[in-house]
Amino acid sequence: MNPFDFITQTLRIAVPYLFAASGGLVAERAGIVSLTLEGFMLSGAFSATLGSYYSGSPVIGVLAGAAGGLLFGLVHGIATVRFRADQVVSGIAVNLLVIGLTQVVLMLLFDSSSNSPRVEGFQAGLSGFGDPLVWMGLASVPVVAFLLYRTPFGLRIQAAGEHPEAAASVGINVRFVRYVAVAISGVLAGLGGVYLALDQHQFTNNMTAGRGFIAIAAVIFGRWNPWLAGGACLLFATAETLQIQLQGVGGIPSQFIGMIPYVLTIVALAGLMGRAVAPAALGRAED
Amino acid sequence: MSESFRLRAEEALLPSIVALLIALILGDVLILMFGESPAHVYGRMIEGAWGNPYGFAQVLYKTTTLTFAGLGIALALRAGLFNIGAEGQLAAGAFGAAIVGITLPAGTPGLVAVPLCLLGAAAGGLLTGGLPGVLKAKFGAHEVIVTIMLNFVVLALLNWLVVEHLRTADTLHTPEINAGAVPRLSEFIPAFHGSAANVTFFFAIAAAIWCWWYLFRTPGGYAVRATGLQPDAAEYSGIRVGRVWIKAMALGGILAALGGTNFVLGYKHYYEDGFTGGSGFLAIAVAIVGRNHPFGVVLAAFFFATLSQGGLAIHALVPKQMVEVLQGIVILAMAASVPEVQRALRSARKVVAA
Repeated sequence: MNPFDFITQTLRIAVPYLFAASGGLVAERAGIVSLTLEGFMLSGAFSATLGSYYSGSPVIGVLAGAAGGLLFGLVHGIATVRFRADQVVSGIAVNLLVIGLTQVVLMLLFDSSSNSPRVEGFQAGLSGFGDPLVWMGLASVPVVAFLLYRTPFGLRIQAAGEHPEAAASVGINVRFVRYVAVAISGVLAGLGGVYLALDQHQFTNNMTAGRGFIAIAAVIFGRWNPWLAGGACLLFATAETLQIQLQGVGGIPSQFIGMIPYVLTIVALAGLMGRAVAPAALGRAED
Repeated sequence: MSESFRLRAEEALLPSIVALLIALILGDVLILMFGESPAHVYGRMIEGAWGNPYGFAQVLYKTTTLTFAGLGIALALRAGLFNIGAEGQLAAGAFGAAIVGITLPAGTPGLVAVPLCLLGAAAGGLLTGGLPGVLKAKFGAHEVIVTIMLNFVVLALLNWLVVEHLRTADTLHTPEINAGAVPRLSEFIPAFHGSAANVTFFFAIAAAIWCWWYLFRTPGGYAVRATGLQPDAAEYSGIRVGRVWIKAMALGGILAALGGTNFVLGYKHYYEDGFTGGSGFLAIAVAIVGRNHPFGVVLAAFFFATLSQGGLAIHALVPKQMVEVLQGIVILAMAASVPEVQRALRSARKVVAA
């Protein structure tokens, strides 16, 4: 395989991770635990399929997918911010809910227990770079970095995640900031799912297949910094490309390459490679 | 009934009841979307789960796995730690039991083989539950993330071991165990014929009783609960919080891992890749709806097992994934209503007191 193909394949694999990790990063920096990324992605993939199926336009699909991610972002936001639900539990519930709902609605609309009909996607071309979502995915990292570090709202997000009481005392509406942050994470992770669905021209059950958790791994391994998290996404995607390319060649068993993101995350959390420190108020409801 | 008992019972039970009611109502809406009558669908569910001996026995089978895994999560939660690793722990336990059972010579008496297989399962749980505990105590690594990541690592590792080293041709499972199998309940109750329910159900009940005794009647359990309520205060009172964390995670891992014996010793007699099918995640709901009380866990496990078995009976009317949606709603409603109900109860009591 020539290096150009290797790089383009790696970038294509990285797109859903980049979207979801950027989204998860915004929510986590605001203090909301992002175990929900898997559900947001799946909801985005499903809604995009519906949008594209009924309109025949992938652009409508993208908008619908973003709305699908947003919807469950708000469900998570309302549960954790308004009702102060445990964020981990709410995250698990949202994931379960989306997996179940997508299958139920798939049955309701298409009478299939496995996949949707073929839908319209973008003309991606051989390299895949004709797909605007690839560029949007790559852009999500600098956009989130700019939002967090260069805008007043980004500073409010950081304040809400580090010290909500102090933020509230200087007049920041912590609840509002957290709602917006979790909404952004829903939309971005949803777009990651949109890319998967439109790229494959259909929705299949549970098609995100754990990518949301790899994205969380990237956020943590990237120490909650957008640039490092983006780098982690590329690293994990490179490992995956290697895994695909090495199949049948022998060498390291594919299961071990598949473990890389998870093992690296555990190692990072254990502080063996410089400590990964979470936002101070991560997971804590605002009083 | 004493006043304080009534107050505690209210606080423990009300959120579960509120959550179940919310799920019931949202479930009605979904069922109506499919043009079916909710009463009819729920009736079928109950009928499929409890209306015949086979269905009921299947509920007991599912209750067994969920009870063990739910206890593992509840015990860790009592120490203030969230064990999301039950899925991997169940698999590791099943694998450990299978390895021991395969290694033992055929004809090993059950009284020797079964405890050894249980030890094998416990070893799997000790490793997969203990590691996150150690990383938490020694390095402050957040147990939620570590246990989630460890799930993937454990499942991939076991997949590799089975596929590359242990599988019987054309399957994704190990050879059958030579010893350590436990009888099915149908050997004592013929009406249960065909069901996977087996003697490990009683092991699960025994584990719940042990958990209750440990948590509420021993100094070790007191340390666990104190740590969970207020780790700093526990530390000042002389409890070594780090050790409690390690112990609670290890015990939790062992309990969850023992759930794997339901499948290996009681049902299929081999380890099969992917047999857990999400039970380890559903067990989180079991622990939460059971309010982290060992007996609550048993009841909640029975409830979710009923839902899951009943879901099979309604497939002609609505998709069986309805059950997953209902589970999601129950968990979400539960998480949202616990703080809310507690606050409402407290302010109501203040009004009464004033």
